[in-house]
Amino acid sequence: MLSRIASCDSHGQDSSYFLGWEAYENNPYDQLHNPSGIIQMGLAENQLSFDLLESWLASNQEAVELKRNGESLFRELALFQDYHGFPDAKKELVKLMARIRGNKVKFDLNKLVLTAGSTAANETLMFCLADPGDAFLLPTPYYPGFDRDLKWRPGIEIVPIHCSSSNGFRITISALENAYQQAQTLNLKVKGVLITNPSNPLGTAMTHQELNHLINFSKSKRIHIVSDEIYSGTVFDSPSSSFISIMEAVMDRNIGESDDLWSRIHIVYSLSKDFSMPGFRVGMIYSNNERVVSAATKMSSFGLVSSQTQYLLSRMLSDKKFTCNYMKENRKRLRKRKEMLVSGLKVAGIRCLKSNAGLFCWVDMRHLLVSNTFEAEKELWKKIIFEVGLNISPGSSCHCNEPGWFRICFANITEETLQVALQRIKVFAQSCNPQMLLLQRRSIIGKWISKLSSSSSYDQEPGR
Amino acid sequence: MGLLSGKATCNTHGQDSSYFLGWQEYEKNPYDEVQNPTGIIQMGLAENQLSFDLLESWLDRNPDAAGFKRDGQSIFRELALFQDYHGLPAFKKALVEFMSEIRGNKVTFDTSKIVLTAGATSANETLMFCLAEPGEAFLLPTPYYPGFDRDLKWRTGVEIVPIQCTSLNGFQITEMALEEAYQLAQKRHLKVKGVLVTNPSNPLGTTMSRNELNLLVNFITEKNIHLISDEIYSGTVFSSPGFVSIMEILKDRNCENTEVWNRVHIVYSLSKDLGLPGFRVGAIYSNDDTVVAAATKMSSFGLVSSQTQYLLSALLSDKKFAQNYISENKKRLKQRHRKLVSGLEKAGISCLKSNAGLFCWVDMRHLLSSNTFEAEMELWKKIVYDVKLNISPGSSCHCTEPGWFRVCFANMSEDTLKLSMQRLKAFVDSITTTLHNQSNHQSIKNSRRRSFTKWVFRLSFDDPMTGER
Repeated sequence: MLSRIASCDSHGQDSSYFLGWEAYENNPYDQLHNPSGIIQMGLAENQLSFDLLESWLASNQEAVELKRNGESLFRELALFQDYHGFPDAKKELVKLMARIRGNKVKFDLNKLVLTAGSTAANETLMFCLADPGDAFLLPTPYYPGFDRDLKWRPGIEIVPIHCSSSNGFRITISALENAYQQAQTLNLKVKGVLITNPSNPLGTAMTHQELNHLINFSKSKRIHIVSDEIYSGTVFDSPSSSFISIMEAVMDRNIGESDDLWSRIHIVYSLSKDFSMPGFRVGMIYSNNERVVSAATKMSSFGLVSSQTQYLLSRMLSDKKFTCNYMKENRKRLRKRKEMLVSGLKVAGIRCLKSNAGLFCWVDMRHLLVSNTFEAEKELWKKIIFEVGLNISPGSSCHCNEPGWFRICFANITEETLQVALQRIKVFAQSCNPQMLLLQRRSIIGKWISKLSSSSSYDQEPGR
Repeated sequence: MGLLSGKATCNTHGQDSSYFLGWQEYEKNPYDEVQNPTGIIQMGLAENQLSFDLLESWLDRNPDAAGFKRDGQSIFRELALFQDYHGLPAFKKALVEFMSEIRGNKVTFDTSKIVLTAGATSANETLMFCLAEPGEAFLLPTPYYPGFDRDLKWRTGVEIVPIQCTSLNGFQITEMALEEAYQLAQKRHLKVKGVLVTNPSNPLGTTMSRNELNLLVNFITEKNIHLISDEIYSGTVFSSPGFVSIMEILKDRNCENTEVWNRVHIVYSLSKDLGLPGFRVGAIYSNDDTVVAAATKMSSFGLVSSQTQYLLSALLSDKKFAQNYISENKKRLKQRHRKLVSGLEKAGISCLKSNAGLFCWVDMRHLLSSNTFEAEMELWKKIVYDVKLNISPGSSCHCTEPGWFRVCFANMSEDTLKLSMQRLKAFVDSITTTLHNQSNHQSIKNSRRRSFTKWVFRLSFDDPMTGER
C-alpha cells in the first residue's frame, strides 16, 4: 500500500546508534536532579556562545519584531515566499562565507540557494547531480546522516573512500582509486565525491595535498565535488591559516570559469554549527554551475527558509562588528573546550586524533578493546553508555573501517559536566587493566545483540 | 553537459511556461496606485491580504511570541537548538485545535498523527514519496492547481491522470468521471495509487459536496487506493453550504479503524487561512502510523523553523483570538468576493457560484473568438497586455473546456479591485462591438494564429518565481 521507501526499515539509520540516544533519554544527566545519569556526548551542537547571540538580540529587538527603522515589515515578510531568497539575507550570507575564508574567496549571491538546513541542501544536490542508482564517493569515517540524506529518496549509492589511522585518516590517491574501482565492480556510475571539510567526525580541516588529490581525481574522472563546509566557522585557529575551502584550492590551481571542473564544484553550508541555530533551518547550496543553481532554486520550494528567520539573520549578519567578534570569540571558546577534553582524555591514557576544528574529537580507544573487532567496539560502547554513563558515537556508525574509534562531542555541555565526564572516563580507563580485558573476551555478546533487536519505540533525529 | 541528473535538466519541471508569461509581464510593469496607475494588476496570486491587521495587532500585544520569550523568560537557546522532527509539541497541539475549530469542532485531530512540513508544497511531495513508486499514478480532478505538476511529479516520478470535470454540473466530480480516469490510467499502463483532491477547490473556489465526498470514499474503497485531501483553503469558506471535511464523512460512515480510514490523508497549511506563505508552515495528517513515521523522518528535508513554530503556537493557542480571526477573516473574504462577482456581472461576465477560496472561477467563454484553447490564449494575452490584468487561464489548470479563468480577489486593495473591474468592463464593451463587427472571420483567425506562434517563441526565459496557488 505504501511506497518501498516508506516501508523500508532503516532509512539508512543504524538502529544500534539509537540505543545510546534511548538510554540517554531514559536517564539524562542533571547536575542537581540526576547526577549519576548519562551525559550526552553524541550531539554535535555548539552551546558555547549563546550569551553573545542573546545579548545581540536584546539590543536589536527590531530583528525579531519584524520591523525596520520603526516600520513594520510583517506583511511583506509574511507574504515573502520567493524561492530566490530574501536578498538581504543572501547578501549577508555570502559576505559571511567570504569572511570565514579570510576573504580569500568571494561569493556571488546569485549562485547561492537557500534551503531548510544543510540536510535539505545535500539531498537537493543529489537530486540535481545524479540519477537513481548512480553513486557518490565519500571518505570514511563520515556523518551517519548521509546514509539517509543522500541515498533515501534520491536513490543514490554511497561508495566509501577508505581512510585509515595510519596517516591520520587523510585521503590518499590510492584510496580514491580503490573507491572508484569498487564502484565499477558494483556497476555503479560515479557522479562525484562528497567531502565534509572540516570533517565530521574527525574534526580536521583538509590539507592542501588532500584537496589537490581530490581535484586531480575529479578532473580525470570528470566528476563533481560537493564540499560540505558546515563546520568551516569552527576552525579554532584564525580562518586564513588552517581551513582551505575547495573554492580556494581550485583558485590556487588557476582553475577558472573556462575550466571544465569549475562548474562541477559545489559547496554546502549552514548556520547550524557556527551560529548554533539548527532549529531555525538555515542551509544553503553554492554552485558555480548555473543549471544547478536554477534547478536547486526550484527544488528549494520543498524546503524554503522561513522568511521570519531570513529577516532575523539578515539583520544579525549585517552587524559586521558583532559577527566578526562572535566568530572570533566562538572559535576561542571552542578551542579552549577542545583542549580541556583532549587533556582530560590524556590523563586517562586516551589519545585523540589531532584536530583543529569541529565540535568533537575523534578518540582512539583501540587499546581498550578486548579484540580488534567491531563486536568488541560495540561491547566497549555499551559499557561506556551503561556503566560509565556517557553517550558517545561509535566509529562503526560513521563507517570507519578500523574498530575502536569514537566521536566525543565537547561543545554541547557545560564545563562542569565535561569535568564530570572526564572523571568518569579516567576511572573507567583505570579499571580496564589486562586481567579485566581477559575476562571480557570470554563474555557472550549474544545477550546484548538480542537487546538491540527489540524494537525501539522511540526514534530520534540523530543530529550531527 | 551530461553531468547533471535527468531531473535537473528536464525543461519544464511540470510548470506550464505560459502561466509565467503573465507573471513576467506583471513584474516588468506592476500596478501602483500612485507610481504606476496604468500598470498590470496582479490577479493571479492566491494570497490572503485581507486580515493582516488582526495578526499585526496581536503581535503588538504579545511581543514575547516573536521575541523568543515565555512568561518574560528568554527561551532563545531552547528554540535555536530545537530541531526535533516530531515538531514543537505546543505548536502541534495549537495547530490541531485550530484545524478542529475550522471544522466546527465536528472532528478532532490527534497530535501524534500530524507531521509538520515546510509548507503544503513539501507536504504534498512527501506524501507522494510515501504512497507511490516512480511511474505510479494519482488521479486529480480538473481543473487543478498548476503547481501540482511540479509538486507531485518532478522528483517523485509519479504521474497525474486527470478526472475530467465539466461546467455541465458545476465541475463536480462524478462517478463516471472517476471510472473514466481509472480506465485511462489502465490504458496507459499506470498503476493508480490514489486520488488527490483539493477541498475547497483551487481554482474553483467551491467546497466539495457530501455527495462528491461519499463518491470518493466509495471509489477508493472499491479500488483499494489512497485519498489525499488538500484542505489548505478550509479556513476560507465564507458562505453556505459550509465546509465538510473528508474526516467528517468517514466518521459519519463509521469508518474509524477500518482499512479505508488508514488510506485517507489530509494536507494543511497556514499560507491561505492566515496569509503566511512566507513562514512555510504546512502539515500532513494521516491515520496510518507507518505514513506518519516515514513522513516524520522525511520532514527532515523541510522542517518548520522553530522560531516560527513558537510564534504561531502562541498565536493559535490564544483561542479567543483564533476564533475571532477565523470569523472576521471569513466576513472580509465574503465581502470581497461579492465585490468581484458584482463587478464581473456589470461587465456581463458570470462566474461559477462559489463559497470559498481567494479567487473566482470566471466564465469568459462568450468572449472567445472560437471554442478553442488557442482562442483562450489569445483572450488571455489581450487581458494581460491590453487590459493589464494578470489572471490565470483555465488551460494552465488543465481545464478541459476553453474560456475559464481564475481571478483572485484577496491580494489587493478594494480600490484596486474596483479599478480592475472597470478596466475589464471597458474591454468587454469594446470587444463585444468588435465581435459583432467582424466581417472576415477567417482572416482574423489567421492573424490570431500568427501572433500566437510569435508569442509562444517568447517563452524561453527564466521564470520569475515560484508558482503561486
